[in-house]
Amino acid sequence: MVKLLNIIKIAFKNIKSNKLRSALTMLGLIIGIASVIVLVGIGSGATTNIQDSVQNLGTDILTVNINSSDVSLEYDKLDEFKNLDNVEEIAPFKNISVTVNRGKESSSNANVLATNDNYLEISNLTLAKGRTISGIDIENNTKACILGSEIAETLFSLTDPIGEKIKLNGDNYTVVGVLTEQGSTMGTNIDNIILIPITTAKYFDESMNINNIYVKVKDENYIDLAQSEIENYIRSTLLISSEYYSVTSQDSMLDAMTDIGTTLSLLLGGIASISLVVGGIGVMNVMLVSVTERTKEIGIRKSLGARKRDILLQFLVESLVLSLIGGTIGIFLGIALGGLTEKLGLSFSASSFVILISFTSSAVIGLIFGIFPAYRAACLRPIDALRTE
Amino acid sequence: MIKLLNLNKSFFMGDEEIKAIDNVNFEVKKGEYVSIIGPSGSGKSTLMNILGLLDVPDSGEYILDGVNTKDLTDGELAKLRNKKIGFVFQNFNLLSKLTAWENVQVPLIYQGISSKESKKIAFEYLEKVGLKGRENHLPKQLSGGQQQRVAIARALCCKPEIILADEPTGALDSKTGVEIIEMFKKLNEEGQTIILITHDNGIAQKAKKIVRISDGKLYDEEAIENG
Ligand SMILES: Nc1ncnc2c1ncn2[C@@H]1O[C@H](COP(=O)(O)OP(=O)(O)O)[C@@H](O)[C@H]1O
Ligand SMILES: [Mg+2]
Repeated sequence: MVKLLNIIKIAFKNIKSNKLRSALTMLGLIIGIASVIVLVGIGSGATTNIQDSVQNLGTDILTVNINSSDVSLEYDKLDEFKNLDNVEEIAPFKNISVTVNRGKESSSNANVLATNDNYLEISNLTLAKGRTISGIDIENNTKACILGSEIAETLFSLTDPIGEKIKLNGDNYTVVGVLTEQGSTMGTNIDNIILIPITTAKYFDESMNINNIYVKVKDENYIDLAQSEIENYIRSTLLISSEYYSVTSQDSMLDAMTDIGTTLSLLLGGIASISLVVGGIGVMNVMLVSVTERTKEIGIRKSLGARKRDILLQFLVESLVLSLIGGTIGIFLGIALGGLTEKLGLSFSASSFVILISFTSSAVIGLIFGIFPAYRAACLRPIDALRTE
Repeated sequence: MIKLLNLNKSFFMGDEEIKAIDNVNFEVKKGEYVSIIGPSGSGKSTLMNILGLLDVPDSGEYILDGVNTKDLTDGELAKLRNKKIGFVFQNFNLLSKLTAWENVQVPLIYQGISSKESKKIAFEYLEKVGLKGRENHLPKQLSGGQQQRVAIARALCCKPEIILADEPTGALDSKTGVEIIEMFKKLNEEGQTIILITHDNGIAQKAKKIVRISDGKLYDEEAIENG
């Protein structure tokens, strides 16, 4: 115990007396560990992000996709969907690209989501002000719209948009509501979207064929039942073959997304690990130089009664301490850099698990890449070590 | 205490065999002060390295305190070096990054003595060799004679059975050399067994017994009458 303590002291002393060399050795490890933390953090940040947005939709929602332009699901036929036993509400929607401007200002591109009066509730969206699109708007093809928070600010800055008119493809629409700020979800930025009654989609030269529907089921415990009922309905009544549509629950989507996220994290972590190994080889290199440089010291220590294992321990502790210091600095650097990537708009999450793994792997690297040089030092014959100058 | 029987050690330079130790028989008893004298290249250091368990003979027996060193493991040899042997080298062999007292402490650490206790012992022995006040000096801040004193303190601090000194004055001026030799004499009077290796006749004369070595062979031992 006493011996171990003293040997650790010797190791620290040697690291301190070779500051530049020690710092350069650690640099490799610092970069390695930091990149593991940053890349895995970005990977798992993206995963959580996706998971959150999927979960936002709720567990009682099914998504129906018609993924072929050859088959059509006409808007008028959707009422029958609602009449299915397990279906509570539906929100069909269409994405339309339009130009938007206000008064005489120049126009810019925007995404319009044409949908019905259930969309807000099903998507868990809330209004910051104004009213939602109502059933009456749908019936009357009212040229009304709801703005996402960001686009509302772009168009109106500080003035109240409610009751004001904006031009979509040159046509006047009245702003009836503004959404609360959401942040981006699943690639679409809800804050930048404009909602209009689905029946007004035809003003944009769109057919009234619907490709996407959110379906809210009556009881989330029977969501599987609802899923097969809907599939059955599409196949047997609408006569669309199964290769052209998909009905997915949020659960299955969540699973798929989580899989993708995990693969992403592993991939990024794998790439970063390569730099860790390179860092480890750096440690070995420095330790080998150190052993050669200190052959005389080893000889003197052996003449004074150091055993093989004392010398082995001394060099092993030295590379371990180097690696752990480098690893710790790397962890802090990684977290700091991760915070920076967050400022750049990427999401980042450093789990304590990844930090623990990083710390352990720097210890393991110190041991693995330190053991060979240390063993070489320990096996030097005292007389040979003493004779070198 | 030390007994060498038919000891041989050769080195090979290419095809040529150099018999550094040639069938040596030799005995040192407790409390003796023996000097081994011989010209450069005669095998003195080789003999000392074998006596100090730093090197092993090709053949023959080396019995230290009744133990045949042939049968010992690396670990046991290290332990004997630590406990029974104190080295004093011509070039001091101090660790340059450690202070005087830390150098003295090294063998104590390998004995497992605590930092505090070993520091105390180190200070004690530095005082004994006349270096009180120099404990925190690095070797390069000390003169040659002072460095050799640190080395002597380091050799003494584990209370070795035997001090092995290989030309301890070789790197010192004659005045400092004499001081070191006086110190050995005093240590011997206190009962310390010493083997001193030198090529200097004057220094050899200070010992109680002289053994000559030439081309690896040991010759006639002569007892010296001095004071
Ligand atoms: N490691 C070695 N390899 C080859 N020759 C050696 C080695 N060590 C000593 N010798 C040779 O052995 C002889 C005795 O050397 P040494 O014991 O150092 O002499 P001394 O100390 O008396 O000057 C010398 O001829 C020397 O060259
Ligand atoms: Mg010599």
